[in-house]
Amino acid sequence: MSQANDTYPPVPMQEGTRQEPRLLAAGPDAGWAQHLDTFGTWEPHTAGPGLLEELAAAGLTGRGGAAFETWRKATAAAGSGRKGMFPGRPVVVANGAEGEQLSFKDRTLLAHAPHLVLDGLMALAEALGGASTYVYAPAAGLPRVQQAISERPRGKRIRLVQSPETFISGESSAVVNMIAHGSAVPTDQRRRLSESGLNGRPTLVVNVETLAQVALIARYGAPWFRHAGTPTDPGTRLVSVSGPAPARDVVLEVPGGAQLSAVLEEAGMDPAALSAVLVGGYHGRWVRPAGHALSPVGPPARTARPGAGVIHALDLQACGIQATARMVSYLADQSARQCGPCMFGLPAMASVLNRIAGGETNHRLASELDRLGKLVTGRGACRHPEGTTGLVSSALEVFAPDFRAHLSGYCTGPGGAAA
Amino acid sequence: MKTQLHIDWTSCDGRGLCAELLPGVLDRDDWGYPVARGKAGRERTDVPLRDADLEAAQEAVVLCPKLALSLHERKVQ
Ligand code: SF4
Ligand code: SF4
Repeated sequence: MSQANDTYPPVPMQEGTRQEPRLLAAGPDAGWAQHLDTFGTWEPHTAGPGLLEELAAAGLTGRGGAAFETWRKATAAAGSGRKGMFPGRPVVVANGAEGEQLSFKDRTLLAHAPHLVLDGLMALAEALGGASTYVYAPAAGLPRVQQAISERPRGKRIRLVQSPETFISGESSAVVNMIAHGSAVPTDQRRRLSESGLNGRPTLVVNVETLAQVALIARYGAPWFRHAGTPTDPGTRLVSVSGPAPARDVVLEVPGGAQLSAVLEEAGMDPAALSAVLVGGYHGRWVRPAGHALSPVGPPARTARPGAGVIHALDLQACGIQATARMVSYLADQSARQCGPCMFGLPAMASVLNRIAGGETNHRLASELDRLGKLVTGRGACRHPEGTTGLVSSALEVFAPDFRAHLSGYCTGPGGAAA
Repeated sequence: MKTQLHIDWTSCDGRGLCAELLPGVLDRDDWGYPVARGKAGRERTDVPLRDADLEAAQEAVVLCPKLALSLHERKVQ
């Protein structure tokens, strides 16, 4: 057993599922030889600007949260690198920081398929005319990446930077700030990173799974990529699925537009035994387990945005308000305390929510929570305030009966069990 | 082109001078920090200005003790 297998959730064997593994096809702990064996020989440094067109045709979107179209982001950085008074060489950063406790798909990917990520990083850097390259990841993931770099004939110029284990460390401007100044907190973004990022150079911060997808698209082409998923959400994505025992934490590769209930079943859970599911992580939203497809586009009544791929299920006996209160307290604690509305507003939201969770029967608390959420939204250097508000408003919606019960002096589990 | 007032939240200390200079554009929140009136989402960080407010906005930029305010031009989408 390799160390990676001991430290990280196992690579699922995917028996009996609809999706053939793509990203993890080389199997557990794949080294250079296994990588070439599985995916074929290919020289990422031969990638040219044509790669960006291929990414556009593939319709690849970012797998780190924002689901922005990868080709657009890359084209913006390429454009800024060419114009301006001091055209700087662009920078591409492979972002493996997943500050979210419920997210583990990126470290699983970096542990088992580092070469696919490095292929994508190098190819994208070439497509931007020879950009500088960085891998940004938590301490536990870096030795494996270093080892992978040393196994390759090229890639010695890739620099590694350790990300701290904070919630906000993976935010793009925090990534750039960490590399430049050793401080992983977001910075004011008067100018976009694609215009002026690391040392004023056009900078592209790309999630590691997105880069692995780039490597596959560069090899096999856009039509192959679109063979999985739906026309509006093509390809596959990795999801980190967790839930009540006995379900174990598992990373799955699922097609775009997959039904949430099917994903839960594949992870060994019975959707009927769950009260609600957190989709997209602490900046995501609660939904009911049935009737939602995982997709960054589509009506909210029938789709849930996967964000960075976090899926966390709550069992029928658990109190959704208490679960959300714990999360919001954590998020308030993880504010970088730079921006007033975030520094004061998030703890205020957490405090109101904890009062409701703790059984205070004041009917004005729910509307106060709603007011605070609306007040902080859009008012920070990063999207931490609106991410937190989104989680809270989804809780107010999905757990509405529980809020009413709490505010009347009862805590009723969604299944009817009094807690 | 439309002029926007950008608020750098990492610098602003919430003493509220800007809201005094631009009462029609900025309100203050529970803690004193500026809130763009009638705006949602990121337009509360990059606040679109009417021409009539430009002069007062320039004054706020100069007088903000934290240098947290700046004006910039954005293409109208
Ligand atoms: S909005 Fe909050 S988390 Fe984001 S930079 Fe400001 S203080 Fe930090
Ligand atoms: S004047 Fe400057 S520091 Fe004071 S509240 Fe306005 S933006 Fe913030």
